[in-house]
Amino acid sequence: MRAPLQIAVLGPGCRNCRALEKATRRALDELGLDAEISHVTDYAAIAALGVLATPGLEVDGQVVLSGRVPSVAEVKDLLGAVEAE
Amino acid sequence: MSVLQQLPASSRARAGLLAVGALAWTAAYWVNGRIWDLLLVDLVGLDPDARWTASLRFFCYDTVKIALLLGVIVFGVTLLRSYMSVERTRALLGGRREGAGNVLAAGLGVVTPFCSCSAVPAFIGFVAAGVPLGVTMSFLIASPLVNEVAIGLLLGLFGWQVTVLYVAAGLSVAIVAGWVLGRLHLDRWVEPFVLETPVVDGPTGARPRFEDRVRAAADEARSVLRRIWPYLLIGIGIGALIHGWAPEDLFTRYAGEGAAFGVVVAVLLGVPLYSNAAGVLPLVGALYDKGLPMGTLLAFMMSVVALSLPELILLRRVLKPPLLAVFVGVVASAIVAVGYLFNAVLT
Repeated sequence: MRAPLQIAVLGPGCRNCRALEKATRRALDELGLDAEISHVTDYAAIAALGVLATPGLEVDGQVVLSGRVPSVAEVKDLLGAVEAE
Repeated sequence: MSVLQQLPASSRARAGLLAVGALAWTAAYWVNGRIWDLLLVDLVGLDPDARWTASLRFFCYDTVKIALLLGVIVFGVTLLRSYMSVERTRALLGGRREGAGNVLAAGLGVVTPFCSCSAVPAFIGFVAAGVPLGVTMSFLIASPLVNEVAIGLLLGLFGWQVTVLYVAAGLSVAIVAGWVLGRLHLDRWVEPFVLETPVVDGPTGARPRFEDRVRAAADEARSVLRRIWPYLLIGIGIGALIHGWAPEDLFTRYAGEGAAFGVVVAVLLGVPLYSNAAGVLPLVGALYDKGLPMGTLLAFMMSVVALSLPELILLRRVLKPPLLAVFVGVVASAIVAVGYLFNAVLT
C-alpha cells in the first residue's frame, strides 16, 4: 500500500479552479486512489511553481497541468502516469 | 483518396459529428431568419405594422441569432486557442525588444487561452523571466479587450465590418498603451517580490487529445451562454424598446457628433462600470440605431471591458499605486484617442 498522493490545486479559487478540483476528485474516486488534496491560492507561490495560467494541478510535487480544465478521463491518465513512476 | 478516408475510423466519426453539428447550426440560423414573421404574424395573429410587433420580432430574432453566433464563435476560438498556452507565449516574448514586442504581445493576447484570474501569475511569470514591463502590459490589455464573447456579439449585432474595426481598435490600444507604459520606465513601482520569483518551466507533458479539446470547447460555449443569458435578454430587451420607442434624437442631442466631449464622457462613464461585453453590447447596438457615433460607442465598450475595479484590485498585488494610476490613465487615454480617430474616419 503506497502513501496517499499529495495533490495541490493551484489557483485563487475561481470557477476554473473549482471545476479542476471536481474533475480531480471524480478521477480519484474512479481510480480508487487515496489522496490528500490541498490548495495553493497565493499568486506568488503559484508563479514560483512555473504556472503562468490558472488553474494548475500538482501531483506529488510535480506540476502536471496548467491553464485549462481537463476532462475526468484526462486527469485519470495524468494520475496514472504519476502513480506508475 | 480524400483526407477523410485516410483518417482512422474514430477520427472519421469525430469529423462526422463536427459536420453534423455545423449543418444543424446552419439550419438553425436559417430558420431563425424566417420563423418569427410566420409565428408572430401568421400564427399568433399580431398586427404586422404595430410597434409592439416590431419590438417583439426584433427581440426574438436578435436573441436567437446572437446566442447562435456567440455559441459557435466561443466554441471555435476555444478549440483553436487550446493549441496555444501562456507558457508558449512567454517563450515567444522572451528577449523581444519594445516596439515589435508590443505588437507581438497584443496579438498573442488575443490567441492565448487566458482567464482574468490568471492576470497576476502571468504578470509575475513574464516580468520575472525578463519580458519588458510594457510588453507584458500589451499582453494583459489585449487579452480581455479582444475576447471571443465581444467578437461574437459584435458580429451578431453590427456585422463583420464593425467587428474588424473593434479588433483593430483593441489591438491598437493594447500596443500603444503598452509601449507608452514601457517608455515611462516605471519598473521601480513593480512590487519587489515579482522580480525575486524564480523562473521555472511550466508543465511539459499532458497534451490533450482532440476529443478533449472539442469537449472543453463545447463546455466553454455552454458555460458562457449559461452565464450571460440574463444580461443578453435584458440588454436586447432594452435595445428592442429603444429600437421601437425612444425618439430618434434623444441621445444625439446630448452625446452625438456635435458634442465634442462625447468620447471623453463615454470613457469616464465606462471605466467605473463593471460588466462583460454581453451586458454592454446590446445597449450599444440600440444607441447606435439612435444615431450615436460608432467611435464613441466602441470607446465606451472598451473602457467598460478593459478597466474595472476587480481587475485593478488583482493588479494591485503586483503593481504599486502610482503605477496602477498611470496604467489606468494611459489605457483610458488610448481608448479616448481611438474613439476620436474612428469618429473622424467614419464620418
